[in-house]
Amino acid sequence: MLDLIVIGAGPAGITASVYAARKKMDFLVISKDIGGQAAWSGDIENYTGYQFISGPELASKFEDHMRQYDITVKDNEEVREVKKLDGIISVASDKSAYEAKTVIVASGKKTRELNVPGEKEFKNKGLTYCATCDAPLFSGKDVAVVGGGNSGLDAALQLTKIARRIYLVNIAPEITGDPVMEEQVRKSSIITVLNDTRVTGVTGDKFVTGISIKRNNKEEALAVGGVFVEIGLIPNSGFVKGVEKNELGEIKVNCRNETNAGGIFAAGDVTDVPEKQIIIAAGEGSKACLSAFRYLLQHN
Amino acid sequence: MDKNVTVYSTPSCPWCLRVKQFLKEGNIAFQDLDVASNQQAAQEMIKKSGQMGVPVLDIDGEIIVGFDKEKIKAVLGI
Repeated sequence: MLDLIVIGAGPAGITASVYAARKKMDFLVISKDIGGQAAWSGDIENYTGYQFISGPELASKFEDHMRQYDITVKDNEEVREVKKLDGIISVASDKSAYEAKTVIVASGKKTRELNVPGEKEFKNKGLTYCATCDAPLFSGKDVAVVGGGNSGLDAALQLTKIARRIYLVNIAPEITGDPVMEEQVRKSSIITVLNDTRVTGVTGDKFVTGISIKRNNKEEALAVGGVFVEIGLIPNSGFVKGVEKNELGEIKVNCRNETNAGGIFAAGDVTDVPEKQIIIAAGEGSKACLSAFRYLLQHN
Repeated sequence: MDKNVTVYSTPSCPWCLRVKQFLKEGNIAFQDLDVASNQQAAQEMIKKSGQMGVPVLDIDGEIIVGFDKEKIKAVLGI
């Protein structure tokens, strides 16, 4: 049986792994995508030691750091279930099953989906969750950005240089993003803000041709050639059984990264720690590993 | 024989950077087409892959959408 399994290889999981390697623990790392959300970030200017670094670059430095040690990394593998039974923690993935004395859940967050008809069908066929990546492909088109928070406003503003007309569809009665960006959005002559409006479906043929929206209790159709979904993130915590989570689904941890289940620790964006930052996730990862190490000393 | 590799990408997309970095590390020569500035390449990419997400790789006519490391390795035979 392993000492430890680290689930996730973003900033938290990678840092936990580096610490575990240096403690010479018998462990492995299971990761769906190395780098996690950090690899998706644009420009990073608040990670100490780097005045400026791009997300992919920092993620690749993290990975190099981890791989410097002789660590077993199960890449492209997704964990389906973690549960504790008779003091043993079992981890089942889409490829295999493992057992360990401790686990660090560092599985981060993922994009929140709309959960409306047509969404899955038209993913990457006019519907995208990465405005930064795909926006340039919508040159001259009418598009909808869904979400009135910072990422929605940011996507809409990026699109002002590319699209012909932009509908900003916001479920809340008012924009919730930063006032500075809201002002820029209001000033743009090609952005139409639709507050108090819910997207009820995505329609099209081979590619997206429109969305249906509901406002003032009325269904309307909006002809658009692109849909940018920017409605925030949800924690990847559903696979962890028997641990307490908050109303957002984040795993509850104390200041030692312990969950309510002994031997199961959690770190980074999947937890209820306030502030989701790369530097915080990395620090939490190291703390979780040291706590797991101490737990093993006490329970062996 | 070396395979003919084309990467369709946008300058702002993190996964495109990683795909290109991955190919460079493996000393794989490739043609990089920026679909943000090259509309013809954009149309070509959409036609070939039947979708609009980047990155897209064309390896000797085999189309791979996204940074699917395992699939890229398999098609390249590395």
